[in-house]
Amino acid sequence: MSVLPGSPEGTAVTGLDSSPVEPAAPDLPPLTEQTEAEARELMARYPQERSALLPMLHLVQSVQGYVSPEGVGFCARLLGLTKAEVGAVSTFYTMYKRHPTGEHLVSVCTNTLCAVLGGQRIYDAISADLGVGHDQTAADGSVTLEHAECLAACDYAPVVTVDYEFYDQQDVESARALVTALRMGEKPPPTRGAPLTDFRGVSRQLAGFSQHADLEAERAAIDAPSAGGPTLVGVRLAAERGETAPPMGDAQPEQAPEPDVEPAGGPGETASEQAADTAVASADTPAERAGAAQHHPDTPEPAGRQPAERGREGTDTPPTSSGAGQNSSIERET
Amino acid sequence: MPLTPVLTARFDAPRSWTLDTYERLDGYRALRSALEMAPDDVVALVKDSGLRGRGGAGFPTGMKWSFIPQPKPGEEPTGPAAAPKYLVVNADEGEPGTCKDLPLMMADPHSLVEGVIITAYAIRSHFAVIYVRGEAVHAHRRLMAAVQEAYAAGYLGSDVLGTGYDLELVVHAGAGAYICGEETALLDSLEGYRGQPRLKPPFPAVAGLYGSPTVINNVETLASVPYVVRGGAEWFKSMGPEKSPGPKIYSLSGRVVRPGQYEAPMGTTMRELLAMAGGVRPGHELKFWTPGGSSTPYFTAEHLDVPLDFDSVAAAGSMLGTTALMVFDETDSIVEATLRFTEFYAHESCGKCTPCREGTYWLVQILDRLVRGEGRAADLDLLTDTCDNILGRAFCALGDGATSCIASSLKYFKDDYVALLPVEEQARLGRSLRLEPVGAA
Repeated sequence: MSVLPGSPEGTAVTGLDSSPVEPAAPDLPPLTEQTEAEARELMARYPQERSALLPMLHLVQSVQGYVSPEGVGFCARLLGLTKAEVGAVSTFYTMYKRHPTGEHLVSVCTNTLCAVLGGQRIYDAISADLGVGHDQTAADGSVTLEHAECLAACDYAPVVTVDYEFYDQQDVESARALVTALRMGEKPPPTRGAPLTDFRGVSRQLAGFSQHADLEAERAAIDAPSAGGPTLVGVRLAAERGETAPPMGDAQPEQAPEPDVEPAGGPGETASEQAADTAVASADTPAERAGAAQHHPDTPEPAGRQPAERGREGTDTPPTSSGAGQNSSIERET
Repeated sequence: MPLTPVLTARFDAPRSWTLDTYERLDGYRALRSALEMAPDDVVALVKDSGLRGRGGAGFPTGMKWSFIPQPKPGEEPTGPAAAPKYLVVNADEGEPGTCKDLPLMMADPHSLVEGVIITAYAIRSHFAVIYVRGEAVHAHRRLMAAVQEAYAAGYLGSDVLGTGYDLELVVHAGAGAYICGEETALLDSLEGYRGQPRLKPPFPAVAGLYGSPTVINNVETLASVPYVVRGGAEWFKSMGPEKSPGPKIYSLSGRVVRPGQYEAPMGTTMRELLAMAGGVRPGHELKFWTPGGSSTPYFTAEHLDVPLDFDSVAAAGSMLGTTALMVFDETDSIVEATLRFTEFYAHESCGKCTPCREGTYWLVQILDRLVRGEGRAADLDLLTDTCDNILGRAFCALGDGATSCIASSLKYFKDDYVALLPVEEQARLGRSLRLEPVGAA
């Protein structure tokens, strides 16, 4: 405790120096001049520099995989704050990790709606497989597990995210297979979201930079699938029924794919399906094809269940292999 | 009511998130019209349209904009009128059940960007921020790309479309804190602090970001603005009831056959929406549902015909919130559902005020022992008492919201609580049970 809090130089040493973060891991990549230049670029984006603190903390995580004591000091030094002030902020937010994360962060929603539809069983099963609990990392360093609060994807419940990319409509088996694949170094494509890099890569995106060095990969990330069945169910139903909003006063040179109702039947019969067929055929990069195919009404959703199967929800028998689900009572078997 | 896709109309178009598609489907036409209008006329148009905030509270949007102090013609501005104005987009979607803004930002980010530019122009702001929930990384990615495209096309930056109007727009990621959806907590977070709410007044319209006049609007609200400009106030009001008009994205989730986003006029009923979604899963029946997320009191099968607009839902004893319609059937335990929601509030309570920080903690303890079958007869009164000591006494709406599911579940499903009590505790109920509704004390 050589210097008291309040030092504008960011040199204050307080109790927070040891409490919010664990000692630095020995092989931590350094925060370089390049990191500092990027942090200064973030600071210049705002009318007041301190607004860049949250992005800067994401930036620190993108280099070191968590908010290290060095990272706290780095932000404090650049912003003219004390380490206590930065520590107070970083410990408030759940996305800033206090100890090194695995290569990937697996978040399982266990809030009410996902839990009712099987999210708690998914969490319990993965936790048992990995032998770790909330906010803990598997021994091989591949995966950090957490249970998450509502991830704003209730229409795709139950959801799991890996590095915050969505794996929708999961069940115990699909989620276990996903985590197994991650541990073997594979990167299964998300249902909605960009091809996985790792936790550090996605932290770079959240800091406000592209997570990809080359433009082609960046474009592929942007164009990666975003809308599955539930996002489109209303707009497709409207097209099927020929329902629209009242026409606007201004002239419209071109319309969105419009309903041209034909009897439901085989593939490609409705206007929206034809539009989707065209989109798949005309896409000229793999990412676009993937994106367009994702939007095609006939495409099964990867790593998830079909909406038609939802009627069987809650009638599944809990898996017995890991004893998963035995201690969660929110999800009723009927 | 028919479906009326407006905000969702482009969702199914190929590469809907790109500038090319957006422009081809009438994108940025509203901006050109708005820039030909005086800023005050844009505010007046939005006022006339009756657009109300889609973030939950339903405050009239045009009125909110008109609260921003503006210089008077011919006078040297002083005080807040002389300060810079800011526009902040609340894209911190995180209320349990709510899932309308993320799909919109992923599928049609330019509609939000266009709404931001028009709104910033109307309130004479030259700096705007979209505060996106950190976990919403794909939405963040799409928004960053859309903003970049908009800069390149001259819709953002200095001299927008040659009009002399300047606007900078930053996409900012949060870091995992539900409380940052509360507008003043969001401002603190955006200034680089812990996201804790501020005392009001002063309201953000006078002292918001960096102490300057600030408008904070929800994503769906701002994405509606270009259509109001293009279609006009009368067109907007042709959908839904007079006092809460316009199209609305209803998000159905849970025990329904086809969960998802259904855009229909305000005032559509749950019965109509359920029919569109294929109904409750076969062989089961609706037990309880939320009209607008976990902070809105539960509804039951009795409420299927309540028009889902701000005023009708309030009159029926709940809140429209974010039109997050979570559906639960008879196999779902309302007490366990309520416990999960309460755990959420306890986790997300920012700790600034005692009633919420302590109250949500104790509510979890009581509900947890009830669910474990270790409840006491007095616990039902204790829940009500604890809620009474949070409701109206917390610093912000998070604490109030935490009591909604408890109070409404006790109101409609008291027997479900009683059934969880040990037999000997049930026997004591006759002597001790008060069960006045929360707020009656």
